[in-house]
This record gives sequence, structure tokens and C-alpha cells, in this order.
Amino acid sequence: MTKMIATRDAYGEALKELGGINEDIVVLDADLSGSTKTAVFQKEYPHRFFNVGIAEQNLIATAAGLATTGKIPFASTFAVFATGRAYEIIRNSVAYPKLNVKIAATHAGLTVGEDGATHQALEDISLMRSLPNMVVLCPADAVETKKCIYKAAEYQGPVYIRLGRSKVPVILDENYDFEIGKGIQLKEGNDITIIATGVMVAKALDAAEILEKEGISTRVINMSTIKPIDKDIIIKAAKETKGIITVEEHSIIGGLGSAVAEVLSENHPALMVRIGTMDTFGESGEAEKLLEKYGLNVANIVNKAKKLLSK
Amino acid sequence: MDKYGDLKKIATKLRCSIIEMLKEAKSGHPGGSLSACEILTALYFKEMRVDPNNPQWPDRDRFVLSKGHGAPVLYAALAEKGYFPKEELMSLRKIDSMLQGHPDMKDTPGVDMTTGSLGQGLAAANGMALAGKLDKKDYRVYALIGDGEAQEGIIWEAAMLAAHYKLDNLTVFLDHNGLQIDGFNKDVMNIEPIDEKFKAFGWHVINIDGHSFEEIFNALDEAKNTKAKPTIIIAKTVKGKGVSFMENQVGWHGKAPSEEEAKKAIDEIGGAVND
Repeated sequence: MTKMIATRDAYGEALKELGGINEDIVVLDADLSGSTKTAVFQKEYPHRFFNVGIAEQNLIATAAGLATTGKIPFASTFAVFATGRAYEIIRNSVAYPKLNVKIAATHAGLTVGEDGATHQALEDISLMRSLPNMVVLCPADAVETKKCIYKAAEYQGPVYIRLGRSKVPVILDENYDFEIGKGIQLKEGNDITIIATGVMVAKALDAAEILEKEGISTRVINMSTIKPIDKDIIIKAAKETKGIITVEEHSIIGGLGSAVAEVLSENHPALMVRIGTMDTFGESGEAEKLLEKYGLNVANIVNKAKKLLSK
Repeated sequence: MDKYGDLKKIATKLRCSIIEMLKEAKSGHPGGSLSACEILTALYFKEMRVDPNNPQWPDRDRFVLSKGHGAPVLYAALAEKGYFPKEELMSLRKIDSMLQGHPDMKDTPGVDMTTGSLGQGLAAANGMALAGKLDKKDYRVYALIGDGEAQEGIIWEAAMLAAHYKLDNLTVFLDHNGLQIDGFNKDVMNIEPIDEKFKAFGWHVINIDGHSFEEIFNALDEAKNTKAKPTIIIAKTVKGKGVSFMENQVGWHGKAPSEEEAKKAIDEIGGAVND
């Protein structure tokens, strides 16, 4: 049976481990430490944890100030507030001066569930991707989350890490090699390629299994770094397969689908379908049911793949 | 002999530099730069522990110009202090210059924080002060905010944080010249009673004349001796101070002087002060 762990839980664990290794790690939260799991770090290292209260602008700008002194701040809150409420602070006080601030935002996407549209960030990748100097990471599971957090701490400069609320299957091996800027091919295939990110990678693998049974050889790529995007792996897939499907728990505008389309259109135009939310807000409901309603499910990936191949 | 004679001369030089560089740049913010000349002179030429030959010195005192549009006074002070050659000032706002329209810490030696979007600098100064406390360092953090800037929500988020974390290593000046782009603070969006507001937020508050060195240094001493609280020095200033036709004129918030106006301004300031 596959283990189910939320990426936010892996984040809390990673912070706790890192905190013991690197004295410069400090953590900030805006009154959501229980939900973002930064409380796990706070328990171990209370002096290096700062709660700024319900004040997301302050969260980011305070982190920027800490970074100027050589600290490595991880600032956390929900993705919608981190990237939306504090956007211009991130732009002017973090990205522009290229300060070493890590924004680890949880509760991204529809899988926030019952809290509904106000809390479901579906445009955060788009916002962060457009900022110069910003690295954007979106890990697929608990294993990759830990690796992302470690690499983000090593990297000098601003990083946005997109994490989720709901439990997701652990699909990657502990020996899995994560590198910022590298997509990873999880499965070979010659007919079609699915490029997925975040919690949709597991769904992409399930869809690939079904397609294989129907005789469609399906390549699966985990694009855990959205920026800088791995152009080579995209172009190679476009050359070696008949079409590309992108899958993300995010709007089809500005996220992974857009990033892949940009690479393809300038380098190797290919047939392509983007699966994501279709320029719409989410709503309240159970996480899995929401994914299904908005087409972020295995059946829709399978259907879109077949349709693309019949073009 | 005037106790502050040397500092007064430096403030006068800063004023001349501001006029010269803005004339050359043909844009920029004279009003709020001229109002802060004594404050920056006091900080960079007496109060702060800094080394222009080692701008990144980890134990240095920090200064954050939260009202980033006051960049000309900061650049004038840094050049005068020796962080970079004074000739650089003439490149202000020009392409490829290290002197951007608003302070950029990546490019300009001595700039401790990138600012320009109002309110963010105070929160960043808090971050520096928190780090100082955490590392048990004795450096102090200074910030200058504008009075119009106090209308930004993040100022009050940051004000709460500084008091909550008892940042007594932080001293903030409020350049209270009473004016902002659209007019007088009291007409655009009243901020008064600003001292009572900060008191209510848990700060130690000192009201002074922001052009009096005597009062500035007394306030700085009081701030250093105030424990477990951040201090804000509300400095009553005159926007455009030193140039009669700019003083208290809203139109001189963000406009550069012409050749002729610049000459007149420098004559008034006392441009006879040369190196």
C-alpha cells in the first residue's frame, strides 16, 4: 500500500532536520504555524522562529531584513496570501534585491478542499514565475519536498516552494536525485508525453498505466522546477513523442502549461494540451471530488491523451 | 565655537549635492531629501558605527531609508562619507548608473536595503534588528520613514512587531515635514496624532526639531538608553529646507530644479562651502 503524506508535513520535518544542521536557518509564519507545519521547527528552535501575526506583507519584508544579515529565512503561510497579499513586497524587497528568502507556501490549489475558493491559490505559480531572480519549485510528494527544502536552503537567492494541504501518495524513491532546474523522466514512452507537476504527478503516473494497457506508450516527466524550466527535456519529448500533455493543479494560464508552451513554440512546435483549472476559481468540497469536477483526474488525462493522438 | 559647526557644514554640502545631482538628473525628489539632511548627517558623521571601506562589515550599524524616494540625500551622505567617489552623484538616474532612482543594495556600496515601495523598509529594519538580537550582536539599526509613508498598512504591521519583539536596538526617525505628493498630510489622509499612535503601539516616542543637531543627538542618546522598546524620533522638519522657494511647497516633492533654479538654490544654501 502506498504511503500517503501531505507535502506540508514533509516540509515541517525537513525544517526541523535542517535547523539542526544549519544555524542560519530561521523560520517565520503568519499565525498559521500549525497548518503550514512550521510549528514543528518552532518546537525545536523557538528562538529562531518568529510569528509575525496575521500580517503577510510584514512576513515577507521582515524575512528580507533577516536575509540581509546572512540568515536563511523560510517564510510560510498559505499560498494565496503569500503570493497574492504580499506580491509586491516579494517583488520589490525580495526578488529585485535577490535576497536569500525562501517562501514555502502551503495549501496551494484545489486540494485545500472545504475552505473554498478564497483559500485555493490557482495563480501563484504564474505570479512567482514572472518575477526575475525567482526560482519556483513544486514538489510531487513528501520525498521530493524534503529534497526541495534542502536544495532551496543551499541555493543563494529567492525561492518559492509550492506545497499542498492534502495527503498525497509517496511515489518517489529516497535515492531519487533532485536538482533545481532539472525535470525528471519517471517513465519511458514513445507515443505521448505527460509533463506534470506537484500533486498531479501521481495522477499522471496512474493515467500512463491505463494508457499503456491500451497500447499507448506514455512518457511521464515530473517537472518539479517550474523556473528555471528544463528546456532540454521538453524539446526532447516533443521530438520523440507525438504530443505533450501538461497537468497541474493550477490555472492553465501562466503556470506549467504556459511555461512548456513557451519552450515548444520557440524551439519545436508540437501538439499540446494543457490540463489545469480552466480560467476559473475553485469552490468548497472534498479534495478528490474537486479534482474530479475540475478535470484534474486520471480519466481526463487519459481522454485528453487519446484525443490528442487522434488529431 | 559652534559645537555642531562641522556637522552643519556637512549638512550644507549634502544640500548642495542634492540640488546638483537633481539638476543633472532632470528628475527626482528634492523636498523630502532636503528635509532629512541633518538626520542623515547626524547618523553617518557621528552616530553610526560604519566603515566606508568595508560596507558589508557584519557588525556595522545599519540604516534603512524606508522613504526610498529620499535617495538623493542618502547618496549625498554616502559619497561624502567616502563609500564611492562624489563624481558618481552626477550619474543619478541615468542608464547604467549604480545610483538608481530609488536605493538598490545590489549596486550601491553602503545601501543596506533596497527600498522605494513605501512601508517595506521599516519591516526590513525589524528583520535586521531581530537578527542582531538573535546573534547577540551590539549593532544598532536605524530607519527613516516619511510621514505620508505612515499611511501604509505595513508600517503598522511592522510597528506592532518591533514592540512585540522588544527591539530596543532599533531607532526610527519619522521625517515629519507634513507634505506628500497630493498635498498636506492633514488634507490627503490625516495621520495625527502620530506620536500617540506609536505610543499606543508600545513604542518610546520622542518629539524633536529635525533640523537641530542638539535635539537629534539628545534623542539618539535617549533611544540608546531605552530598554525593551523600540524608539521613534518624530522629527518636525521643513520640506525643501534651505531653499526658500522649495520650502513647504508641495510642488517640489518630485521635481528637479532647472539650471537657473539650481543656481539660486545653491546660492541660498551657502554654496561657498567648498572642499
